Amino acid sequence: MTVRTEELVLNVGPQHPSTHGVLRLILHLDGEVITRAEPVIGYLHRGTEKLAESLNYTQIIPYTDRMDYVSAMTNNYVLCHTVETAMGIQVPERAEYIRVICMELQRIASHLVWWGTFLLDLGALSPFLYAFKDRETILDFFNELTGARMTYNYMRVGGVKWDVPDGWIEKLKDFVQYMKKRVNEYEALVSGNEIFLHRVRGIGVIDAKTALEYGLSGPALRSAGIKWDLRRDEPYSIYDRFDFDIPVGKNGDCLDRYQIRIEEIRQSLRILEQALAQFPPDGDIMGKVPRVIRPPEGELYVRIESPRGEIGCHLVSKGKQEPYRLKFRRPSFWNLQILPKLLVGQPMSNLIAILGAVDIILGEVDG
Amino acid sequence: MSEDRNKPMDRPAGDAAEKPAEEAGAMAAERPAETAGTEPAKAASSAEGRAALAAPDRAARDAARAERLAARAAAKAAAGGTQGADGGGQAGEAAEAPAKEPSPNQPKLDRLVAILREQIGEDAVADAYINELDRHTPTVVVNRDRWHDVAVLLRDHPELKLHYLRNLSGVDYETHMEVVYHLFNLQNKQTYCFKVRTDREQAEVPSVADVWPAANWNEREAWDLLGIRFTGHPNLKRIMLPDDWVGHPLRKDYVPVDPEV
Repeated sequence: MTVRTEELVLNVGPQHPSTHGVLRLILHLDGEVITRAEPVIGYLHRGTEKLAESLNYTQIIPYTDRMDYVSAMTNNYVLCHTVETAMGIQVPERAEYIRVICMELQRIASHLVWWGTFLLDLGALSPFLYAFKDRETILDFFNELTGARMTYNYMRVGGVKWDVPDGWIEKLKDFVQYMKKRVNEYEALVSGNEIFLHRVRGIGVIDAKTALEYGLSGPALRSAGIKWDLRRDEPYSIYDRFDFDIPVGKNGDCLDRYQIRIEEIRQSLRILEQALAQFPPDGDIMGKVPRVIRPPEGELYVRIESPRGEIGCHLVSKGKQEPYRLKFRRPSFWNLQILPKLLVGQPMSNLIAILGAVDIILGEVDG
Repeated sequence: MSEDRNKPMDRPAGDAAEKPAEEAGAMAAERPAETAGTEPAKAASSAEGRAALAAPDRAARDAARAERLAARAAAKAAAGGTQGADGGGQAGEAAEAPAKEPSPNQPKLDRLVAILREQIGEDAVADAYINELDRHTPTVVVNRDRWHDVAVLLRDHPELKLHYLRNLSGVDYETHMEVVYHLFNLQNKQTYCFKVRTDREQAEVPSVADVWPAANWNEREAWDLLGIRFTGHPNLKRIMLPDDWVGHPLRKDYVPVDPEV
């Protein structure tokens, strides 16, 4: 007797715990093996770019919080930095230090969310609790500084909104020392685990050529062995003052992406340590900014390194208070595009590992 | 509308006039003649007025900005004036008009234009300039009909090797549509900007999804939000909005079908 087989079309999401938001995947399966995958996105599209066209620049900042809501500080920064570049505004030193401290702290918080949820997806519950405990400490720091846990609306064109509270820097210095030990603990807990390694080693391999073709950035690009980090290669803010390494992978698999992010937490701690040591004891937190912010006519594309990769802001200004066109290059959107290619030929069980290792935030994918 | 436009033009000049007087204190007292002298100039050109009025460091910065603006305006005028003429003359004029040291990226731009003209044809390049506001990015406006050939060349040419698409955005300029590509060479770390212009009603641009797979979703996004049709795209359908959405929201004249939504 012959067994009749047929292709199975399986719908994953949009509401599914491992899709980290509202990603829908239409999978075509041959038994356990994925033959075709089609992501369906847009469930969280809020038309940020359209809204921006009728708002002035300060009013757009809270909208950027809501794109990559796990890394709102870097989003704030890219918009402010774009306008500052266009207008030639000098940001005071103290404000630059506060910004770098916030962005690196944010990178750690973002990687912790990733680390916890990625392992949760793979079936390990306890790392999630470790990660969220430490992340909560970081959010408490942000809460004290900005009054919000996740959507900070903190940076302004020309500086930052609030100065650091008394004792904040000292507390942060202690936290950095504490966190350095914790990262080692994380590694001891997970990185050598045999089951974990079986789930991620050699899975979802991206080679350098493909990574470039697909416009990947951040840890996804670096896992393919390309040493490219905008903090070092196109330095912005005051990143050229700090000493830090750029971890790169060899194999381009999920394990490499995992190790890169863990190492990036360490490097961010290194930057934080230096920034906190150099932190100017006093000074302005806002530069000289015209009362009405009106970048000159022209266009520019400004990019920075967010935890997920290159977040860019393409601004077309007509010299008005509102942008004529504001386009965000959202790294999650770009990095997600390679997913169908990675999934083809993989067993269903690898889907979660591959998707998780890409590290997407749906708010950013959908804009 | 024209009133709206005029108002903001005057305001920064007023701001600048008040501020340095408060801030600089003694300095302002030393320079009353200058301040008074620039009052009429304010009406003529707010940018110049600001430069003269502000404190020294600000003045230098503002002057640089005014110069930059003037240079851009001149370059634009030159480009506009010689539209039908030979493109080579255009690039030369644009570089000479500001009468200051040329951009460090000018040789890169010249070389790029020369390669495109030689390999694709004289009609490949519609315009070429240095975008000083944006880190002196060499910017080339490519003739729409030749865009796909140009894209392949940009990727494969041993001197250019623009393997990496950094950004793709569509812009509605009301008179025309423009697709902006930022391409990047990882070896010499140079970013180039390419623009393709198309008619607004019949917005069509050749797809480059086969050249850079990264363009695939981005072109879909531009189609979805701006209604630019990318010919030759393997799967050109809406990506952000529902399939039955009417219109393209990022167009400047977009009106929602149902205002309640």
